Amino acid sequence: MGIGKCFTMALSSILSSKMRSFLTMLGIIIGIMAVIVLVSLMNGLTGQVTDTFQEMGTTSINVMVMDRSATRELEPDEAFEFVDENKDYISNVSPTVSTSAELKASGYDDTITASSATGVAETYAEMKQLNVTQGRFIQYIDVDREQRVCVIGTYEAQELFGGNAVGEQIKINGQLFKVVGVLEETEDSTSGSADDVVYIPYTTAAKMNGTSTISSYLFTAVDEDSVTTATALLEDLLLRKIGDEDYYTVTDMLSMIDSMTEMLDLMETILVAIAGISLLVGGIGIMNIMLVSVTERTREIGIRKSLGARQIHIMSQFVIEAGVISCIGGVIGIILGIIFSAIGGSLLDINAAPSVGAIAISFTISAGIGVAFGFLPAKKAAKLNPIDALRYD
Amino acid sequence: MPPLVEMKDIYKIYHMGDTEIHALDGISLTIEKGEFVAIVGQSGSGKSTCMNIIGCLDVPTRGTYRLNGKDISKYSDDELAMVRNKMLGFIFQQYNLLPKLTVEENVALPLLYGGYSDREQKIRAHAALKKVGLDSKAKNLPTQLSGGQQQRVSIARALAGDPSVILADEPTGALDSRTGREVMTFLRNLHKEGNTIVLITHDNSIAAQAKRIVRITDGRIVYDGPAEGDKIVAMQDRAGEDEA
Ligand SMILES: Nc1ncnc2c1ncn2[C@@H]1O[C@H](COP(=O)(O)OP(=O)(O)OP(=O)(O)O)[C@@H](O)[C@H]1O
Ligand SMILES: [Mg+2]
Repeated sequence: MGIGKCFTMALSSILSSKMRSFLTMLGIIIGIMAVIVLVSLMNGLTGQVTDTFQEMGTTSINVMVMDRSATRELEPDEAFEFVDENKDYISNVSPTVSTSAELKASGYDDTITASSATGVAETYAEMKQLNVTQGRFIQYIDVDREQRVCVIGTYEAQELFGGNAVGEQIKINGQLFKVVGVLEETEDSTSGSADDVVYIPYTTAAKMNGTSTISSYLFTAVDEDSVTTATALLEDLLLRKIGDEDYYTVTDMLSMIDSMTEMLDLMETILVAIAGISLLVGGIGIMNIMLVSVTERTREIGIRKSLGARQIHIMSQFVIEAGVISCIGGVIGIILGIIFSAIGGSLLDINAAPSVGAIAISFTISAGIGVAFGFLPAKKAAKLNPIDALRYD
Repeated sequence: MPPLVEMKDIYKIYHMGDTEIHALDGISLTIEKGEFVAIVGQSGSGKSTCMNIIGCLDVPTRGTYRLNGKDISKYSDDELAMVRNKMLGFIFQQYNLLPKLTVEENVALPLLYGGYSDREQKIRAHAALKKVGLDSKAKNLPTQLSGGQQQRVSIARALAGDPSVILADEPTGALDSRTGREVMTFLRNLHKEGNTIVLITHDNSIAAQAKRIVRITDGRIVYDGPAEGDKIVAMQDRAGEDEA
């Protein structure tokens, strides 16, 4: 008996009770859909997060010193010197001093609150690959003399000066700063974006904060392969300088991306496992309906066996029927999954297209569930004694 | 050449709680190729049980049964299915057609399980349907046919695989006497063409149309011989002729 015949038989049997077949599929439809949507959204999210981190530079290493008593510290000169000594692994460093800032354009009434003004060294532009389109970046002399100069992003330039900002005066927390440069637009010049930034010399920033110690540095490794060595070198330096591991942290971006991805992967696994439970429930639903169907069709089975159907014929009839039901459910689930992934992706503004692999696996799983859960009822049908089956009504 | 059907000391015992029911109580029966045998007896005497064993649908509790010389008592479920498929054709009282398949597909079922190609199935099914005069109804569903027509379809199905024995368990039981006679005419014609037919009935006038009568009472054969020799059948037969 040909496989094609089995499929037409299964299809006509499924079509003869559409409502029931649909309800049977529902578990599979929902399960597959949930798996597809979750996998797509989580992949999109992971991609988004990795991209964001990568933009910050994969060779970046942040050093934070948290000894507030400032008895032990890492001085900027020591940091620069350390870079010089370890040129093979570490390419650059810049102190980073954050201040919360209220900005006011001098001579204008507009006030905006930037998230922060960051104190940096002249090396920072190269490290972060910042391009200055108007004017210049902060220079060594600005740092050395604690000049009140700043470089601003396009958001500030547009909000405060309507574009042309170089040479204008800006009030940061009440003190007048001269705008010496405007950075290239990288996003869309909105508040909170990468274009909403203000850079000032770190010496000036430290003075504004009322401290003389620098507690945060940004280092860059020569390349991604050197990150581990560079991190180890820095750990070593800090242990020597500070003495207590609890008072500083060294975080490199690469391992942060790694642990972030790891966490998201774990979350995805958990979510998919939960969605998988509905697939299991769907499978049990199929088994249940197939058992009912075997009972209902006992007489049919008896007739077929009396005419010479072997166990394999009866088995394959029911297994294929279960497989076809759950494959149809799987296909519907995949289609719905793609649709809902697209909707969810556009709502969350992430790229959430399901991968071909995820679709292929889902389809295989749904076919597998049908066959696995159809097996027991099919076995039961095949083993029926023809004479008992014929008498049944 | 061995006889087609050879039953020796066949017992079929059912257990109902503590009591044993001897549905067949030591039956020995031999049927040669080309015979037309009617098994008669009271309701509950064991006719169907006997036929189910001949038809390899059931196995005896004790005794040996040889079909075409082969002892089938050790056969597996699948081997029995193949024997049924190749050697036996069934006609049931309730027709037992599959309601969702067309007449043609129903007739082709034994051929499907016999491994015939699609084309061969079609050709043979049509030939069988033509024989019972229903080739025009090939695409109909069984429910669209009258009882008599349905029984003819089931005869076509029994014939389709060209079996060695055709077994009919009360084939006229669900039909009125006119269509019943029609079906009997078919069976008689099949016998004339050389087919071996075993027929169960409790209608003596129908039994009288067979060449040989096997009468079963309480699971035992009490008469086995020509129709004229069986008192009850002979009497009925004469009465039937008077009527006609
Ligand atoms: N599966 C079974 N379990 C228990 N007893 C059974 C079973 N099948 C048949 N019997 C018993 O065996 C005996 C013979 O039954 P069988 O069906 O062969 O009778 P029959 O001659 O065909 O009767 P009828 O003319 O009514 O069809 C009956 O007493 C019946 O009750
Ligand atoms: Mg009976």
